Amino acid sequence: MTILHDLIEPGFFSSSVIDTALIIGCLTAVVSAATGTFTVLRSQSFTGHALSDIGATGGAAAYLAGVPTIYGFVVVNLVAGTFLEALGIKNRKERDIVTGVVLGAALGLTALFLYFDTTTTSASGDTMNLLFGSILTIQSSLVGVFIGLSVISVALLAVYYRQLLLSSLDPDLLQAKNRSPRAASLAFLLALALAVSMSAIAIGAILSTALLIGPAAAATRLAKDMKSTFVYACLMGAASIFLGLLLSYDSYTWPPFHHGWPVSFFVVAIIFVIYLLTLLKPEAKTRHGNAVI
Amino acid sequence: MTRDIFIEDPNIILNLEKITVFRSGRPILKDVDLKIEKGEFYGLIGANGVGKTTLLKVILGLVKPDGGRVRLGVGTGGKRPVLGYVPQKIQFDKDIPLRAKDLVKLGLDGHKFGVGLFDKTKWKTVEEILTAVGASEFADARVGELSGGQQQKIMIAHGLIADPEILLLDEPLANLDLKSQQEVIGLVNQLKTERGIAILFSAHDMNPLTNVMDKVIYIANGKTAAGKVSEIINSETLSDLYGYPIDVLEHNNRLIVLTGSETEGLHHEVINAR
Repeated sequence: MTILHDLIEPGFFSSSVIDTALIIGCLTAVVSAATGTFTVLRSQSFTGHALSDIGATGGAAAYLAGVPTIYGFVVVNLVAGTFLEALGIKNRKERDIVTGVVLGAALGLTALFLYFDTTTTSASGDTMNLLFGSILTIQSSLVGVFIGLSVISVALLAVYYRQLLLSSLDPDLLQAKNRSPRAASLAFLLALALAVSMSAIAIGAILSTALLIGPAAAATRLAKDMKSTFVYACLMGAASIFLGLLLSYDSYTWPPFHHGWPVSFFVVAIIFVIYLLTLLKPEAKTRHGNAVI
Repeated sequence: MTRDIFIEDPNIILNLEKITVFRSGRPILKDVDLKIEKGEFYGLIGANGVGKTTLLKVILGLVKPDGGRVRLGVGTGGKRPVLGYVPQKIQFDKDIPLRAKDLVKLGLDGHKFGVGLFDKTKWKTVEEILTAVGASEFADARVGELSGGQQQKIMIAHGLIADPEILLLDEPLANLDLKSQQEVIGLVNQLKTERGIAILFSAHDMNPLTNVMDKVIYIANGKTAAGKVSEIINSETLSDLYGYPIDVLEHNNRLIVLTGSETEGLHHEVINAR
């Protein structure tokens, strides 16, 4: 008990802020794991990262409008996801270029909104929260919204599960079965839009890709089939959220500032360590040694 | 995609009429006619880039032809015949968390909605198909960890599990060693004889196929020639098609196709093959 007491600062489990953060964080970890697995399979990490940065425009606008940032992220990401899907029909190279251009423009808008926000309300903490997450400042009344978003995105993936799997190997395989791959592809991008929105709140717009890709990439290295990939990715994501919150809570007593380190730093660092550990797994003998990710 | 049904001859499972496809204003396929009978092994031969994949995609409805029409015959029970498709080699990343048997099952239900959790009978079908193609021993391995020949068997099982009446295979011998090539050819020929499946098998080199094909369609220089192996694989027809001398030898009842002795012709063949 004393060791546990040294590890966990008193009050961790009795704090309502931590309770809310744990619920939001674990929901986000589960949705990120499910969406991230398909993001890795479909090699769309860049789209995922772009969406979370583009979504920051909505988050910044939400600050200006005085509504919870999650709404801003969700609206802008859903629009951007649909737009990118419409582009993706043509070809991957073109999609990457247009994504990059849109991303740049969106970040410009984000900068403008944040500038207005900080000059009019002098709340410079907003910028920090937007970019690096606000899991410890989120109102508990938003838990319901997060549950709703989780259910929708997991349902989208579940409905299109087999079509997503087949079309990520080769869209023609699905098309040859008289089923257009476009519906599945759109469903995936909408689920991705919701996942990165949640993740942007949990660990920040610029870090959300870590929670999306990291656990899923580590899980695909270890797991043999999709079911265990989801389970591993969920566990790794949730563990990194839990440990990240714990360490952040503990760090209020740490030198040099006794000020508390950001949660998102710990979460991302833990995910990175987990991923590095999976690299220790011996390579299976294969004749097709493709690079990882 | 709805298609007309070909009813003139109940033995015909697939009928192409004057299929023409343009790409950037240039015809890749021009007036291609093809009739495939039930249970027939048809070779689709031509150099890389000549339009073999495009022709297969036209048949599957993945590419809309600029001219001509595709008609499927009447399948068993008067229904539309099922098409099985084995695409050109997919580069499977070795970290894809998909076992060989998962990929085969997607051939049965990959177009369906939902997760498909309770599929006991489907898994039984998967097992049967894996046994039929001789792939049971690596059913639980990840697809990315299999050899090229093993992956090809799994893809054939993927195409086969929907119980097709015609199986389209796009360059299944590419990048395989000679032994794996023979295994794949033997397997496909066995599917033809035991299950009566019509086969359309594309390849850039006809030599491994000369003694299993019933008929062959050649595409070269924008021209096509189709018919029985004996009618097409002879020095005269092939030389005429390619526009340079080609020899056909017979050895142990097998036909072997060689480019002619003229160095110019040989050079041409090498360029075409790329």
